Amino acid sequence: MKPHLMIAALLAAGPALAQTPELTVYTYDSFVSDWGPGPAVKEAFEAECGCTLNLVGAGDGAALLGRLRLEGARSEADIVLGLDTGLISAALETGLFMAHTIDADLDLPLEWNDPLFLPYDWGYFAFVGNRGAAQPADFRELAASDLSIVIQDPRSSTPGLGLLMWVKSAYGDEAAAIWEGLADNIVTVTPGWSEAYGLFLEGEADLVLSYTTSPAYHMIAEEDDSKVALPFREGHYMQIEVAGKLAATDQPELADQFLRFMISDAFQAIIPTTNWMYPAVMPEAGLPKAFSTLIQPEKAILAPIDQADALRDLALDEWLRALSR
Amino acid sequence: MAARPFPLRRAAFSDALGWVAVALVSGFILFPLLAVFWRAGGASLPGPADWSALRFTVLQSVLSAFFSIALAVPVARALARRQFAGRGLMITLLGAPFILPVIVGVLGLLAVFGRSGIVNQAMAWVGLPPVQIYGLHGVVLAHVFFNLPLATRILLQGWQSIPAERFRLAASLGFGPRDVFHLLEWPMLRATLPGVAMVVFAICLSSFAVALTLGGGPRATTVELAIYQAFRFDFDLGRAAVLAVIQIALVTLAAMLALRFSLLDGFGRGLDRIPRRWEAETWPLRLLDIVTLALVALFLMLPLGAVIWRGLAGLEGLPPPVWRAAAVSIVMALVSTVLAVGLALALAHLARRWRGIEAVGLLGIAASPLVIGTGIFLLLNPLSDPSRWAFAVTALVNAMAALPFALRVLAPALRDLEKDFGPLADSLGMRGAARLRWLILPRLRRPLGFSAGLAATLSMGDLGVIALFADPERATLPLQILRLMGAYRMDAAAGAALVLLSLSLGLFWLFDRGGRRDADA
Repeated sequence: MKPHLMIAALLAAGPALAQTPELTVYTYDSFVSDWGPGPAVKEAFEAECGCTLNLVGAGDGAALLGRLRLEGARSEADIVLGLDTGLISAALETGLFMAHTIDADLDLPLEWNDPLFLPYDWGYFAFVGNRGAAQPADFRELAASDLSIVIQDPRSSTPGLGLLMWVKSAYGDEAAAIWEGLADNIVTVTPGWSEAYGLFLEGEADLVLSYTTSPAYHMIAEEDDSKVALPFREGHYMQIEVAGKLAATDQPELADQFLRFMISDAFQAIIPTTNWMYPAVMPEAGLPKAFSTLIQPEKAILAPIDQADALRDLALDEWLRALSR
Repeated sequence: MAARPFPLRRAAFSDALGWVAVALVSGFILFPLLAVFWRAGGASLPGPADWSALRFTVLQSVLSAFFSIALAVPVARALARRQFAGRGLMITLLGAPFILPVIVGVLGLLAVFGRSGIVNQAMAWVGLPPVQIYGLHGVVLAHVFFNLPLATRILLQGWQSIPAERFRLAASLGFGPRDVFHLLEWPMLRATLPGVAMVVFAICLSSFAVALTLGGGPRATTVELAIYQAFRFDFDLGRAAVLAVIQIALVTLAAMLALRFSLLDGFGRGLDRIPRRWEAETWPLRLLDIVTLALVALFLMLPLGAVIWRGLAGLEGLPPPVWRAAAVSIVMALVSTVLAVGLALALAHLARRWRGIEAVGLLGIAASPLVIGTGIFLLLNPLSDPSRWAFAVTALVNAMAALPFALRVLAPALRDLEKDFGPLADSLGMRGAARLRWLILPRLRRPLGFSAGLAATLSMGDLGVIALFADPERATLPLQILRLMGAYRMDAAAGAALVLLSLSLGLFWLFDRGGRRDADA
C-alpha cells in the first residue's frame, strides 16, 4: 500500500444527513471496493435494518487505526471493521472502543474471547508458488534452497508484518539467523501485497508471501489450479480480522445489530469469494468447493495480543539488521 | 541586457495576483505541516534508521537526476535537429512513462529487465549469466525511465526557444557543430539544465514504491517510508513532520543551487521559423542522432510496449467501475490543469524579478504527501466532514504537484517574452488584459499548451496524489487500478492501466497540439 492511500483513507467519505438512522462503519479500502465484500454487505444489511449503512474506506488496517487516532472521540464512526490481531493492542490503547454484547459461536482454530473485538474472518499466511515446483517444508529448507521469494515490508504491509511475526513466534531467538539464511532468497521487498503478488505472477520469483486461500481465487475466478500454498512444519501464522464498537457511538443498538449481522450467514457467506479469507462462522451452505482443496495447516500460530507489540519491535530490528547487510 | 527590463509602473495588479499565488501555494503546504506539528505537540527527533534512510534517499535522487539529464541532453538535441516520420508521435509517447501508476511502470520495466524479462532471456540465449535489476542501480534505472522523458521534453522546449535565425547566422558564418554548441546550445543548457535537474531530484526525493520495490530490501529505505513507519508503527506525528521538513529543506537547497548555477541569457526573438541545422548535416552526426534516438526509443518503448501488450489482454470485459473512474479522472484532470496553469503563470510573472519564487513552486512535490494529507485532514476535520472536500482537495493537490513542471516550462518562456517584446508592448501602452490577449497568450501558446498537457497528464496519472483523497463514490482511475490489483485482478488492472495511459496521452496530445497548431514542432 502506498502512503497516499492511507490518506485516501483519511479523507474518504463520511456520513451524510438523512432521516433514516445511519450507521457509519470505517473499514479498509479493499473492503469497500467494487471487488470487495462492501457492496453486497451494504445491500444485505440495509435490507434488514431499515437504516443507511455508510461504509467508509480508509487505506489498510493500520491506516484505519491512524485515522481513528487523529479523530479521537469526535469520530463519526460507530464501528471500526478491519483491524487485525497485530493492531488490537494499539487499538485498545486508544480507549475509544467499548465492549460488544454479542455472544458468538465462532469457528476459529483458536479460542477467542476478547470482550471488545469480534472476528469476522481469518486466514493463514503462507508462501504461494506454482504447482510442480520444488516445495520446501519449513523456513530452514526454504533458506537452504535456491528458490527466490518476494515478500512485503513489515513497515508498510500487513502480510509483511505477519511474516515477521511468524518467523519470530516460530523461532524466537533464532529468528535473526533464519532471516540471514533467507536473505539470499529474497528477490525484493515490496511496499504492499499487490506489488509482491504482481511480481510473482510476472515470474519474478518462485514464491510469494500470501495466504493459504490465495489458490482458491485462481481456481474459482480463473479456473486455474496451477497455484499452490506451501504447508510449513512450523505451523502457519494467523491473521484474524476483527470489528469493534466505538464508545462514542450515537447508535449503540444499531451497532450491536450490525455486529450480530456480521457473524450471521448473510455476511459470512459473502466473505470467502470477496475477501478470500475463511469466514469466522461457517455459513450453512459451507465453503465453495475450491476451498476444500486448500492446505490445512496442522498448527495455527498467533502471538499473544498483549505481547505482540514488544515482539514486533524486537523482530523488526532483527529483520532490518539481517537484510540491510 | 537592459538595466531595467521591467518597468515598475506595470507592477500593481499582475504582481498582486502573483503574490496571491505564492500565498496559496506556500499556505497549502505550510499550514497542514503546522497542523501536524500542533497535533503532535511538537517535534520529535528522527532516529539513526531515519538518517540512513535520508542518506540513501539523497544518494539515489542525485544519481537519478544526474543520469536523467545526462541522457536527456543528447536525446533532446537529436529530436531538435532532426526531422523524420514519426517524430511527433515519438515526442507524444515521451510523455507516457511519467503518467503511469508507479507499479504499472515497474511491471513494464520488469518485463524487460526482470528475472524472466527480455534482457535476461537474450543473455541466456547467448550464454551469459543473468543481470539482476534489484538494487540501487535498479532504482536509478527506474527513475531514469520515469524522468528521462520529462527532462527530454523540457530540454526540447529549450532548444526550440533558440530562434531559427541564429542557426542560419551560424551557418552563414561557417560554424561547425562545436561552435554551435558553445555559442548557442551551451548557453541554453546552462539556463535550462539546473532547473530540470532540480525537478527530477525533487521527484525522486519523495519516491517510495519504486525505491522499495526495485531496491531489493530495507537497504533501500527512503525518507517517505520512514515517514510511513513513524505514522503507522509508532503514531509519532512529530517525527513524521520533522522528516517532511527535512524533505522540504533539501528541495529548497537544491532549488537554490540550481537557480544559482543557471545563467540566464536570452537569445532574442526570431520570426518563428523552423530551424534548419546546417552544421549538423554531416553523416557522423546523423548517425549519432539515429543511434541515440533508437536506443532511447528501445529503452522507453519496450517497457511501454509490455504495458500495452498486457493491457490489451485485460481490456476485454473491463468492469463498469473502471469506466466510471475514467470519467472522474478526466474531470479531475481538467480542473487541476486550469488551476496549475493559472498558478504557474502568476508565479512565472513574479519569477521574472524574484527568481527564488520558482522554489515556491517546488513545494508541492517536495513535501511528503502523507504528512500534508494528514495536515489537511486535521485542518478540515473540526470544520466539516473532510470527505465533502475530497474533490476540491484532490484537484488542488494535483495542481500543486503539476505546478513545478508547468512553471519550469512557463517561467523561462515568459521571461524571454517580456525581455524581447516587453519594451515594445510598453511603448504601445499595452497593459493588463490587452497585453495578455495580444502578446502573452499568442506568443506563449506553445509553452502554455505544453504545460497544460503536462499538468493534465500528471493529474490524471499521478497515483500518489490522486489516491490521497479518494472518495468511495468517485474513485479515480489510478485508485481503481490499485484496487483491482488488491483483489487479485491483475489482468483487469493491466487493462485499466492501458485505458489510463491512452486517456492521459490523448489529453496531452490535445493540449500540446492546441499549443502548436500553426507550427510543426
